[in-house]
Amino acid sequence: MNVMTNLVAFDVTRIRDDFPILKQTIRGKPLVFLDSAASAQKPRVVIDAMVQAMETQYANVHRGLYWMSERTTEAYEAARDATAALMNANNRSEIVFTGNSTGAINLLAHSYGRGVLRPGQAVVISGMEHHSNIVPWQMLRDAHGIELRVAPVTDAGELDMDAFAALLEDGKVGLVAITHMSNVLGTITPAERIVKIAHAHGAKVMFDGSQAIVHRKIDVQALDCDFYVWTGHKLYGPTGIGVMWGRKELLERMPPFMGGGDMISSVSYEKSTWAAVPHKFEAGTPAILEGIGLKAAIDYVQTIGYGAMAAHEASLTEHALARLAGVDGVRVLGQAQDRGGVISFTLDKAHSHDVATLLDRQGIAVRAGHHCAEPLMRRFDLDSTARASFGVYTTHAEIDALVDGLVRVREFFQ
Amino acid sequence: MSPSDSFDDLRDLYQEVILDHGRKPRHAIRLEEFDATAKGDNPMCGDRVQVWVKFADDGIGRVGFEARGCAISVASADLMAETVQGRTKTDTRALFAAFRDMARTGTCQACDPSLAEPIERLAPLSGVHEYPSRVKCATLPWHALIAALDGAKEASSE
Repeated sequence: MNVMTNLVAFDVTRIRDDFPILKQTIRGKPLVFLDSAASAQKPRVVIDAMVQAMETQYANVHRGLYWMSERTTEAYEAARDATAALMNANNRSEIVFTGNSTGAINLLAHSYGRGVLRPGQAVVISGMEHHSNIVPWQMLRDAHGIELRVAPVTDAGELDMDAFAALLEDGKVGLVAITHMSNVLGTITPAERIVKIAHAHGAKVMFDGSQAIVHRKIDVQALDCDFYVWTGHKLYGPTGIGVMWGRKELLERMPPFMGGGDMISSVSYEKSTWAAVPHKFEAGTPAILEGIGLKAAIDYVQTIGYGAMAAHEASLTEHALARLAGVDGVRVLGQAQDRGGVISFTLDKAHSHDVATLLDRQGIAVRAGHHCAEPLMRRFDLDSTARASFGVYTTHAEIDALVDGLVRVREFFQ
Repeated sequence: MSPSDSFDDLRDLYQEVILDHGRKPRHAIRLEEFDATAKGDNPMCGDRVQVWVKFADDGIGRVGFEARGCAISVASADLMAETVQGRTKTDTRALFAAFRDMARTGTCQACDPSLAEPIERLAPLSGVHEYPSRVKCATLPWHALIAALDGAKEASSE
C-alpha cells in the first residue's frame, strides 16, 4: 500500500483535548471509539458555537428585520461560504443544505431524476453503495421508468472499471451516482476516471462523499463532477445538516423538491414562483444551529488541514491492516489500493455481533452488521462484518487495544 | 493473552452455557418429518432462523432449527428447542411470554411458579436485558416457534 509519510506535525494528544467526550470511561475503561464512519465525535468549538448562538443571538433566518435575526442569518449563511470554500465550489449559491446525505440524494433523485432525466434513460450506481444511494434510485426507477444499472465490484473490493465503462456504452445513461469512498471497504473510487468516462458518454456524475469528505480534500472543480453530496455529522459537525453541491446550470434546470416557505419568490392561489438557487431547494426553516455548528466543524478541519488528517489516517490504516493480519482467524474485507480509514473484518470463531458486544465489554466501540450495504455483503457472501473506522482523534494505541481485544474474543470463543 | 486470562469482564452475557450451546447446538437440524415450520428474520442485523416442529399428542414432540446469526441467537434457539419438547402448546406460549419478560428486564417476577423450572434453564440468557439491541437475538427463535404454532410462515417482527 502506498502510504504517505507523515511530514506534517500532527499532535493527536492535543487534538484529543479538543473532544470532550474522549475523556469518558465506558464500563470503567477508557473509551476507545472506533466508529467514526457511522458518526464522528464533536470538538468543543462545534459544541460551543451552537450553544453560543442559542444563548446570545438565536432567531429565525431570512426574514427578521431585527438585530438577532440578521446576526443569525449571517452566521447561518457563513456556513454556506465555508462549505463552498471547503469543496472549492465555483459559487456559494451552488451549495444546497439538506438534512443529511440521504436527504441530498433523495432531493437529486426527485428533482433531477423526475425533472430532467427522461423515462428510458438509465442511472448507474456501483456494487458498493450505502442503501441511501440505492433505494432513492429504485424508487425513481419504479415511478419514472428509469433503468437502474449496477457496476460490479472486484474481489479486491474495487470498482470494476471495464464493466463500469461497458454499462455506459449504449449512451442511455443520464446519471452516474456512485460512492467516492465505501463505508464498508474503505475503498476510494477513481473519481476522475469515472467522470471522464461518464462525460464521454453524455452522463452526469454525482458522488456520495459521505465518507470521502472526512479523509480527502474535495475539489469539485478539479474532479469535474456535476453533483457532490455529503453529511455534516461525519465531518465532526452536528447531525441534521447535509450538503448537496451541484453545478449552477444544472440546479437551475431542476424543479423544486419540497414546497413551502423560504423557497418561493411569490405565492398566489393561482401560481407560485420559485426563489433562486439554492433557496429553491430549501423549503421551511432550515437547520440553523446545525449550519452554525457545521461552519465551526469546517473551520476546525481546515485548521488541522486535510494533508495532516490524511497522513494521520493513512498511518493508522497501515498500522491496523498490519496488526490485523497478525491475528489468527481475522479476515479483512477488500484490499483496495486506494483506501481510507475504514476497515471491515470477520473473525472465524465468532459472529460480528458477538465480536462487537465483547469488544464493548472492553470499552471498545466498533460497528457490526451489514452497514446499510446488504447487496455488498451478499457480493462477499456475508451477512455481516465488524467494522473499525478512524478519525482525527484515533491513536495507534487504540488500534493496539482493538487487536488485543480481538485476540481475547477469539480465545474466549475457542 | 496469558492462559490465566479470566475473561470475567466478558462472562456476564456470554456464560458457559451460552458459549456451549452456541458452539455445539444439539437441535440445529432440519426435521425430515414435521407438522409446522416458520422463519424469523431480524432485518436490523441480518439474523435468520427457521424452526420446524413435530407435534406429539396435544403437545410439542420435537423442535429443530437452522440459524444464521450470533452465539446468542443460536444458543437461544437450542435452549428453546430443548426446553419446549414435551410441553403443550399453551404451556409453550406462556413460557415464551415469561422468557420475553426475562430477556427484557432480567427477571421474571410475574412468572407463574409452574414455569420456574424451564425459566431456570433459560436464565443464562437473561443477561441480554442489559443490551437492548441484543434482546431480539434471544427472542427471534421464539417468535418463529410461536408463528409455527399459529400456522404462520413467518414471524411478525416486534
